[in-house]
Amino acid sequence: MKNNASPSLSRRSFIKTSALAGGGMLIGFNLFQACKPEAKPPVDIPIDISKLNFNDFNAFIKIADNGMVTIFSPNPEIGQGVKTSMPMLIAEELDVSWDSVHVAQGALDTKNFTRQVAGGSQSLRQGWEPLRQTGATARQMLINAAATKWGVDASECKTENGVIINANGDKLGYGEVVKEAATLEVPENITLKDPKDFKIIGKNISNVDVDKIIAGKSLYGMDYKEEGMVYASVLRPPAFGKKLVDYDDTAVRAISGVHDVVKFGDKIAVLAKDTWTAMKGKKALKANWASNSKLENTEDHDKILMDLLNGKEFNTLRTDGDVKKAFAQADQVIERTYESPFLPHNCMEPMNFFADVTPEKIRLVGPIQTPAGTARRVANLLERDPEDVSVEMTRMGGGFGRRLYGDFALEAAEISKIAQKPVKVVYSREDDMSAGIYRPAIKYKISASIKDGKISGYHLKEASVNSNMYGLIPNFFPAGAIENYQVDVANYNSKITTGAWRAPYTNFLSFAEQSFFDELAEILEIDRIQLRLDLLQKVKGTTDERIQYSPERLEKVIKVAVDKSGWGKAKEGTYQGFSAYYCHNTHVAEVADVVLENDIPVVKKVTCVVDCGIVVNPLGAKNQIEGGVIDGVGHAMYGDFSFKDGVPQDKNFNTYRLIRMNETPVVETHFIESDIAPTGLGEPTLPPAGAAVANAIKAAKGIRLYKQPFIKNMNFKAPLG
Amino acid sequence: MPVYNLKINGQSHRVEADQDTPLLWILRDHLDMVGTKFSCGIGQCGACTIHIDGAATRSCLLQVSMIEKAEITTIEGLSEDISHPVQQAWKEVDVPQCGYCQAGQMMSAAAFLKQNATPNKSEIRDAMSGNICRCASYNRIEEAVKVAASKMS
Repeated sequence: MKNNASPSLSRRSFIKTSALAGGGMLIGFNLFQACKPEAKPPVDIPIDISKLNFNDFNAFIKIADNGMVTIFSPNPEIGQGVKTSMPMLIAEELDVSWDSVHVAQGALDTKNFTRQVAGGSQSLRQGWEPLRQTGATARQMLINAAATKWGVDASECKTENGVIINANGDKLGYGEVVKEAATLEVPENITLKDPKDFKIIGKNISNVDVDKIIAGKSLYGMDYKEEGMVYASVLRPPAFGKKLVDYDDTAVRAISGVHDVVKFGDKIAVLAKDTWTAMKGKKALKANWASNSKLENTEDHDKILMDLLNGKEFNTLRTDGDVKKAFAQADQVIERTYESPFLPHNCMEPMNFFADVTPEKIRLVGPIQTPAGTARRVANLLERDPEDVSVEMTRMGGGFGRRLYGDFALEAAEISKIAQKPVKVVYSREDDMSAGIYRPAIKYKISASIKDGKISGYHLKEASVNSNMYGLIPNFFPAGAIENYQVDVANYNSKITTGAWRAPYTNFLSFAEQSFFDELAEILEIDRIQLRLDLLQKVKGTTDERIQYSPERLEKVIKVAVDKSGWGKAKEGTYQGFSAYYCHNTHVAEVADVVLENDIPVVKKVTCVVDCGIVVNPLGAKNQIEGGVIDGVGHAMYGDFSFKDGVPQDKNFNTYRLIRMNETPVVETHFIESDIAPTGLGEPTLPPAGAAVANAIKAAKGIRLYKQPFIKNMNFKAPLG
Repeated sequence: MPVYNLKINGQSHRVEADQDTPLLWILRDHLDMVGTKFSCGIGQCGACTIHIDGAATRSCLLQVSMIEKAEITTIEGLSEDISHPVQQAWKEVDVPQCGYCQAGQMMSAAAFLKQNATPNKSEIRDAMSGNICRCASYNRIEEAVKVAASKMS
């Protein structure tokens, strides 16, 4: 990790400043694009703060003449706290106190933001250098302005909490030089702080939106409304694979407050003056549906996936050595199968979106992780110029992957176009759960060959619905640790829509692998921690550049977890389970403590050790970690979703079980101290949790779990948790 | 359409609505009080929790025609300036992730603490189990209820 900016990159290509008409300095920059060497054509930056737009720059810093710093960021906030942590990076290098920083957003209550564009999968990892460079560049400009005023060399000046100080001890506040600084040339060759000098990064900083959240202010897409807007409740095919034949809306139109009933594709929207009337109208719709192919059942999927696993048709994603030979020469072959169901995302805020389609333009407002892609898809669908489409992002009541898909925004746009009105589509919980883009059902078969008491070969086979593990996942642990190693995938094409779900693929793969190694250790009669450490030992010094994880970092989290969890020293009646995994650039080890209450396993505590590089905001980071672990425990235990004749069998929380507070373990978090660039925390603590719990239940009850959810596959007499 | 006079956060509101309209939608769509959240609509998740005469109630199941005489309190009326000990505790502990369920969580906690000023751990966990947090910020909610209790004592 280089701390100095590369001199070959021009600051001028990504930062532009202006002196604001009302006083103060405005710095326009682009989140995440700062490092890209290609210069953009010259763009104008407003001198009037009310004219701020996000077309040329997607973020701004205003330094007022009283020294107050406002960071304008249209960044999407799903709940991972990036809206707090990313401005922290700017403030750190700008060298101001956090108290003087205000984070303003493209919120619903301001007219300042005419357009907001930002990608959905931005993270701290990508912003780490560019955001700090932006802050440091602005700081240097302020120093340069003060130095000129004093007639001294800029190199003799330093800064402290928003004040520039020269060698004589003279002081000037940032606000006193903003006017001059704004007109200076953007400096190059900026030096970033040494991590040991950080004053804000590494401190506990509260969520910047916490006051609005606890006051119940309008923040979310569900809260958005405009004059003249109507609410739409949409009737969609009741089963995957069914199409609309005809419908009767007589009863619907008789309901007072219903404005219109609109058919689009195989869906029918009821438009009404308010949400409740629209939902009532939908219930009064009578529709006939038909299918011309066999409808899908979970039992069929189970058989199909099992046949795929036992078949011969696979795509090989990685192969090392000769697995076939290793298995032929083995003393013993151990083979286990692991099974997971589909899962809905169940964001607490059901899907919703606002669209106003007019001949001039298309305005979209709502909770979306992928505004740019969604704008393009809407333009395509309605055959419009992409330039006509704007997307404004609201705060999101959870994402977990579901809001990567703009299907709900497309619905809103299509309905608005037909109805020629501004429309907000609102999903009911039933709509949300039954028109999902689910985590696909997956099965893994893992086989290991044992020769002379050692693991000589490892063969992972995946059978999944619609798509398979992708990209770099085959290069995660234990790739590189076992001489003969192969990853094969096969899939079945289903009409059921599937997609990314918090920690895609690894959310279940980690359970399978970390359960398998636990069992392998038992069979080989090797200490389960030692088995993992021995494997990691073999990866150290590897020249294989495909290997994604660091054996040293994984070893470290394992050792610290052993220490912090009191592994092997649990008091009588407490049973522990171990799991360690690398994904999303972060190394994690977890130990679950299970006790038996009336012979039923209850997860009391999970010790979680995380190496995510530098911890930018420990307060926010711990929140993510605790949430990820509990989410992982909850879905491994209870998450279940099935289909009968194409119809989702759960539609609401009366039958679909999410973990609740009385079932929640205490999560104890430990960070590995690091000066390496930070990595994300929204996902990586979820995958190891399931195996930690399953391995603890094995220790407690002697029963090995191979299927999720655990509650369904083990005869517990009462709720787990 | 029938007219109802509702007393919400100490103020009278006159609303015209079908008698089966849940209070949740009266608050959100008719009165622009969007702090009370919609999530499940069947009283299973607690996102829409409000107080009826001080008791935590799910507003998604409560028909407007049934509550004309009641004192209704929503998150907007828990305090005028986020000074309620529960709100302050939520801030101090930095509870929210996505934040969507938190108004309902705080309304449940505030009503619970009025009945039990010195709850123990398992009482808190049981009392708060009617509210789902999909981000699973449960450890912090539990801590915040404890902090709020100490602020109120």
